[in-house]
Amino acid sequence: MFVSYKWLQDYVDLTGVSAAELAEKITKSGIEVEGVEVLNEGVKGVVVGHVLEREKHPNADKLNKCLVDIGAEEPVQIICGAPNVDKGQKVAVATVGAKLPGNFKIKRAKLRGEESNGMICSLQELGIEGKIVPKEYAEGIFVFPADAVVGTDAIALLNRDDEILELGLTPNRADCLSMLGVAYEVAAILGREVKLPETNLEPAAEKASDYVKIVVEAPEDNPLYSAKMIKNVKIGPSPLWMQARLMSAGIRPHNNVVDITNYILLEYGQPLHAFDYDRLGSKEILVRRAHDGEKFTTLDDVERTLTSDHLVITNGTVPVALAGVMGGANSEVTSDTKTVLLESALFNGITVRKASKDHGLRSEASARFEKGVDPNRIRPAGDRAAYLMAKYAGGEVLEGAAEVDTLTVEPVVVSITLEKINRVLGTNLVMSQVKEIFERLQFVASVEGDTITVTAPTRRSDIKIEEDLIEEVARLYGYDNIPKTLPVGSAALGKLTAYQKKRRVVRGYLEGAGLYQAVTYSLTSKEKAAQYALEKREAIRLAMPMSEDHSVLRLSLLPQLLEVVKYNSARQNENLAVYETGNIFLANGTDVLPEEREHLAAAMTGLWTNHSWQGEKKPVDFFVLKGILEGLFAKLGLTDKVGYVQAHVEGMHPGRTADILLNGSKIGFVGQVHPGVQKELDLKDTYVFELSLQAVLKEKTDDLQYEAIPRFPSITRDIALVANKETVSGTMKNIILEAGAPLLKEAHVFDLYEGDKMEEGKKSIAFSLKYAHPKRTLTDEEVTKVHEKVLAALKEKTGAVLRG
Amino acid sequence: MQERLKELQAEAVQKVEQSASLKELNDIRVAYLGKKGPITEVLRGMGKLSAEERPVMGALANEVREAITAKIEAKQAELEEAAVQAKLASETIDVTLPGRPVKVGNHHPLTKIIEEIEDLFIGMGYEVAEGPEVEQDYYNFEALNLPKGHPARDMQDSFYITEEILLRTHTSPVQARTMEQHQGKGPIKIICPGKVYRRDNDDATHSHQFMQIEGLVVGEDIRMSDLKGTLEVFAKKLFGEDREIRLRPSFFPFTEPSVEMDISCKMCGGHGCSVCKHTGWIEILGAGMVHPNVLEMAGYDSKKYTGFAFGMGPERIAMLKYGIDDIRHFYTNDVRFLKQFAVEE
Ligand SMILES: [Zn+2]
Repeated sequence: MFVSYKWLQDYVDLTGVSAAELAEKITKSGIEVEGVEVLNEGVKGVVVGHVLEREKHPNADKLNKCLVDIGAEEPVQIICGAPNVDKGQKVAVATVGAKLPGNFKIKRAKLRGEESNGMICSLQELGIEGKIVPKEYAEGIFVFPADAVVGTDAIALLNRDDEILELGLTPNRADCLSMLGVAYEVAAILGREVKLPETNLEPAAEKASDYVKIVVEAPEDNPLYSAKMIKNVKIGPSPLWMQARLMSAGIRPHNNVVDITNYILLEYGQPLHAFDYDRLGSKEILVRRAHDGEKFTTLDDVERTLTSDHLVITNGTVPVALAGVMGGANSEVTSDTKTVLLESALFNGITVRKASKDHGLRSEASARFEKGVDPNRIRPAGDRAAYLMAKYAGGEVLEGAAEVDTLTVEPVVVSITLEKINRVLGTNLVMSQVKEIFERLQFVASVEGDTITVTAPTRRSDIKIEEDLIEEVARLYGYDNIPKTLPVGSAALGKLTAYQKKRRVVRGYLEGAGLYQAVTYSLTSKEKAAQYALEKREAIRLAMPMSEDHSVLRLSLLPQLLEVVKYNSARQNENLAVYETGNIFLANGTDVLPEEREHLAAAMTGLWTNHSWQGEKKPVDFFVLKGILEGLFAKLGLTDKVGYVQAHVEGMHPGRTADILLNGSKIGFVGQVHPGVQKELDLKDTYVFELSLQAVLKEKTDDLQYEAIPRFPSITRDIALVANKETVSGTMKNIILEAGAPLLKEAHVFDLYEGDKMEEGKKSIAFSLKYAHPKRTLTDEEVTKVHEKVLAALKEKTGAVLRG
Repeated sequence: MQERLKELQAEAVQKVEQSASLKELNDIRVAYLGKKGPITEVLRGMGKLSAEERPVMGALANEVREAITAKIEAKQAELEEAAVQAKLASETIDVTLPGRPVKVGNHHPLTKIIEEIEDLFIGMGYEVAEGPEVEQDYYNFEALNLPKGHPARDMQDSFYITEEILLRTHTSPVQARTMEQHQGKGPIKIICPGKVYRRDNDDATHSHQFMQIEGLVVGEDIRMSDLKGTLEVFAKKLFGEDREIRLRPSFFPFTEPSVEMDISCKMCGGHGCSVCKHTGWIEILGAGMVHPNVLEMAGYDSKKYTGFAFGMGPERIAMLKYGIDDIRHFYTNDVRFLKQFAVEE
């Protein structure tokens, strides 16, 4: 809502309060003033001039030589290029020395040999947007009414010396979609009076109801329809001050009747519509739902197909207006209109919204119906418009109005105790302070003991419950005046859950291992959603995606993490290590919430170590990532529960990928991205893992229990074996540990050779075995016995033998 | 004989003094003190001496021997020390060369902001509550006093999956769920961080996915002044003790009264500049007293229980705090951006 500071003074005395100060006060008490625009800042020297003579420029076809009285001693010669300039006009003249918008200075000039002492201005040249300039002046200069006084400030006449406050209105404050509504708010803030506009109508002999009969078929859509009749109007321009105010509010002036309806829309917040009574072709207004497929041409000359969702005003037979949205071309006011039927009505906001949405016709009027108009301002708005039509269009207003009224307006009465107000706000207000606030708001309030009973005016439909009254008190008392305290009572400690704590450990660990945390989008494309998914399920699709790239919910994190790698690689960030934790979404069926599972994924590429001046460069490989995972599981106390098996995962290198098992169940995978995929994404060798973080973090870890540090020395024996190439070390290790229990405590690979010195299909693999006993020193014989068992088991189960 | 010994001593001492290496010194030792050395030889001739002279000579020979030995040992220590010094000198390195790199990563800036806020409120007795990102219309809207057809639903155009299921548009449904779980009993003190989604075109200031962090306190006698005090503690801890806060009335369907909180602009100290649009204040969060309808729907007696709630956007806070000018940076994950958010005071 744009509020003119000058116009507002019609209703509230703003003496001593500048526009900027007012803006600050309004903001602090509840409505955000998003900006204060000083119109024509710095513009000066533009006066009303009278064109005394006009003749063609002797040397230029398109120029005119004018002699203009600008209130100075002598008229001045001005060269003007506007096609519509003519003798006798009152025009805006930027005199020599004047300053126009854009810091454009007017100087004495010679145009094609003729002297020009100033410039005759169009409204655009005075800073008014072309689309709101009255049509007849859109292509040329503006012409003032004949009574404009020569030499007076043209900027002031056009209201361009005004300041405009832009209010950012929240949906609950639709009452401020009108100058009067703003006036009540400002009056409450300043503690001043509201002066209502003039609506006095002369008594008339004829009655409006003699001219038209109103029938409403759908009272729930239209609880009140009131029609006033104005006869003998003379269509012409509206008064300059009204045109100026409309333009400042961003509305283009048309003619006196239409301008008045728009003016009332701004002043009262009540949309009105003026029909040309003689063009209705009947003496009836019938309000009904449209028939499905019914055709109707709105006054923008677009033929529209209606449905029974839409409410129409008809002449009893055919539509003449789409209720609350737009009038029809068939009944539009024209320059020949003599009799006006003025509609002031209440239409259901939801119906209006549907129609305005269906036809793409959001307007100032429809917006007000959607947000709710004051039911007690419908008739006064009609009266005020009729009054202005009498005054500025020479019309005769007929007695009363033709109406259908099924509207019941129940005033909202809310009681609250002072104790409750103070308890909720934490204040120590006394009743007189509270009462004074409601009086400033012009709410009727009565006090009985500790209780105040407030009747909310109908313009404030947002006031319904006790808390609404508390808010009114709080905002007008001032939030600055409310004390600062902290909640009392409960001294419960705040803490993270075990899951949340462990999630932070995971992040800290991975970052300590050199990975940066990334955050990517949950919405992805259908193709990407399916890639690298641990569980193959149909991805959940949005009903109305904004783009195919963000149309479904992800089933895995890796596709987007690979995009991150790609993005960075293309920008010379070649050595990259990133991870992400985030949810994936598994469908559970229609209208059931999906399962959201937190995943962890990482991607690494380029060099792992790069100690360049010492010549150490090691690229990332499978075992770098596996090492990071092993460290992670060690950190979480899960080492013994985790295993790895060779695996085939689509999109991954078939020989360099392992499933990650937790208690024997697959929870993820680790490996190299398939070279084909790498090529497609233009990536160098990239290693990744993705796993269900939820499975990991939900796995209960054993309670920590101290285990005695071994007091007796252990015995280490190394074995070098010749094994079949396909026998994996993990299998051998398990056999060793099983056969060597309980004395064998540890076994690890310390050498591996698969080169050409080995027999075809064989490899050499060496393990280091550590034997120990908690209660005594082991003897060589004891160890040898177990060691033999280990070797025998290896031979039996894998064919591996000691290397000769 | 006596002279011969003295002579040998003088000769040996001189050689020792002139020796330049441990090997040379050892040669001297062998030459003079060895079994085939001149002193031994002299002693071998002692048989020719009288019984009176013999012990005198013996003693003298020992004296000479000891003197030479002492001299050799001293010289040896000297040479060894020199050798150590020479070795150390030869081991000198260029300490200004870079060290072996230890890799470090860090939190995403949004995680960093969220954890900071979480910790701040944990310190004030809050717990961290989380909830689903795909929500029922009921928890996302209806339970928050936004019935179907409510005009405020327009304010946050949403990604629906079906008519009843959507991507949550705020983390408030976590509040509704938490209240429901508490079955009408207090107190509740939670902070709810998470991802939220709205139908916005991605540009410098909009993102279809972003983070939110909200807080909720429900109990008997929770007051507006408690909200104001809590927010001040929070703002000063997060943005600096020198920042002022102000509350402005606002509107949210789930709170009544509703406010927005501004903090004083750091750039201009509150005098007005382009960062704060010449107001001296920067909007940080929305808050208010929990609407009685919201309490009642979750099973609370709104006569007995009151509460406050607040919500803010970690992106906006990070942008203000670190001077980031484009929200898309958070989701592009350029490592040159990610790297900049190490630990700070
Ligand atoms: Zn500033």
